[in-house]
Amino acid sequence: MAHTPAARIAVNGTYHDYNGDPRRSLLDFLRLELGMTGTKKGCDHGQCGACTVHVNGRRVNSCLSLAVMHDGDEITTIEGIGMPDKLSALQKAFVEHDGYQCGYCTPGQICSAAAMIEELKADWPSALTEGVASNPVPSDDELRERMSGNLCRCGAYDNIIAAIKDAMGKEVAS
Amino acid sequence: MKAFDYARAADLPDAVGSDAKLIAGGTNLLDLMKLEVETPDALLDINRIGLDLIEPEGDGLRVGALVTNSDCAADARVRKDWPLLSKAILAGASPQLRNKATTGGNLCQRTRCGYFMDNQSPCNKREPGTGCAAQGGFNRIHAILGTSDACIATYPGDMAVALSALDAQVVIAGRSDSRTVRVRDFHVLPGDAPQHENVLQPGEVITGVTLPAPVEGVQIYRKVRDRASYAFALMSVAAVIRMDQGRIAHAQLAFGSLAHKPWHDPRIEELLKGETPTPALFDKAADLLLEDAKGYGANDFKIPLARRTLAAVLAEATGV
Repeated sequence: MAHTPAARIAVNGTYHDYNGDPRRSLLDFLRLELGMTGTKKGCDHGQCGACTVHVNGRRVNSCLSLAVMHDGDEITTIEGIGMPDKLSALQKAFVEHDGYQCGYCTPGQICSAAAMIEELKADWPSALTEGVASNPVPSDDELRERMSGNLCRCGAYDNIIAAIKDAMGKEVAS
Repeated sequence: MKAFDYARAADLPDAVGSDAKLIAGGTNLLDLMKLEVETPDALLDINRIGLDLIEPEGDGLRVGALVTNSDCAADARVRKDWPLLSKAILAGASPQLRNKATTGGNLCQRTRCGYFMDNQSPCNKREPGTGCAAQGGFNRIHAILGTSDACIATYPGDMAVALSALDAQVVIAGRSDSRTVRVRDFHVLPGDAPQHENVLQPGEVITGVTLPAPVEGVQIYRKVRDRASYAFALMSVAAVIRMDQGRIAHAQLAFGSLAHKPWHDPRIEELLKGETPTPALFDKAADLLLEDAKGYGANDFKIPLARRTLAAVLAEATGV
């Protein structure tokens, strides 16, 4: 086998070097090499969104990416968004609104929602709208479309949307 | 996943002529590698070779091969002058996938035929000469146009359907020089060699897509699918229609998920041109589109579905 180039990956602000098998997904790197098990493995095929993390600020499916491809990238996981002693506004809103049942999809939902809020601020369009700059707290349908990459098999969607709207509303008000 | 060598390309010359499988966003390739449908010996990571800008080119726009689907769909110029492209991209996949998926990679995505992906059924695309389990099998998502005895798989994407309607070009770098191919000619019909899905030759690299000068008119991307979001098309219509004094002055149309490639039939555009829009005219357009359509059982419904969806899009675009 040819020599695999190393990858230096910043995860929640701390650098880690990866020199291992290039088959290692970013998801497995986070969970198995770093022991950061907040990021979940659902389908492992990019269909459920449970493994959502931020790469350089953008939400991606960490299961469909190789760790070795992330040399120089900054990764943010749910542990970087907030820990039990210091929850983010979104995390608090999910607790308050019961935005889950089993909780397995929740880290991915929250990572996805946090990036979605930034996409809305940047006026990214969706399949439903050309842009949302004029509407700081979009409609439920708009949020559902933009969160459609995250499945919840318990079906907690109503409460997930309520939590996201609550967190967004508080951000706008503050 | 089978073991492979991994290397990073520093620039385009590193990638051109390489025997390795190129990886960019990887959203489709890694999925297929996990299923061992794709088993490359070597991967060449091309994410750091540039080609990630959207720049003016003549009266049009050049979208670099490594521009993500998200960035392309959000680009102010694309949204203003080629909204069809933005709409088609946003109709596909999920935000997370669009953040990784690239313009070049999207063009090269493989079919979602379940028999191709299960890695055990007879499949001439995956393993030439083994047969086609989709014919006589569960073929609800399969093609009704341009099929062959060897393969009835579809090209599943949305972006390329818009690019076909817009008559965009694929820019390809080769060992000796570069060439451009119309998107309409980039993908090929299955014939007796369905393992070939496009005209890329070994060692060639897609460097970008060029959009021609903006076309005036209503731009519509209508996608019919089983879920309202995050599902592949059962069929889609990409349309650019310009009206002038109650008549159709100009029409560009392409159809998704009906064939092994985005389907473009210039006869339909010619038929519509200069005509007063009526349901009867739309029906004639559908007659042309579906002249040689062939259902395989579970996908028979796509024939009336295509007729109705085309009529709906034309009615919306012309105000009938």
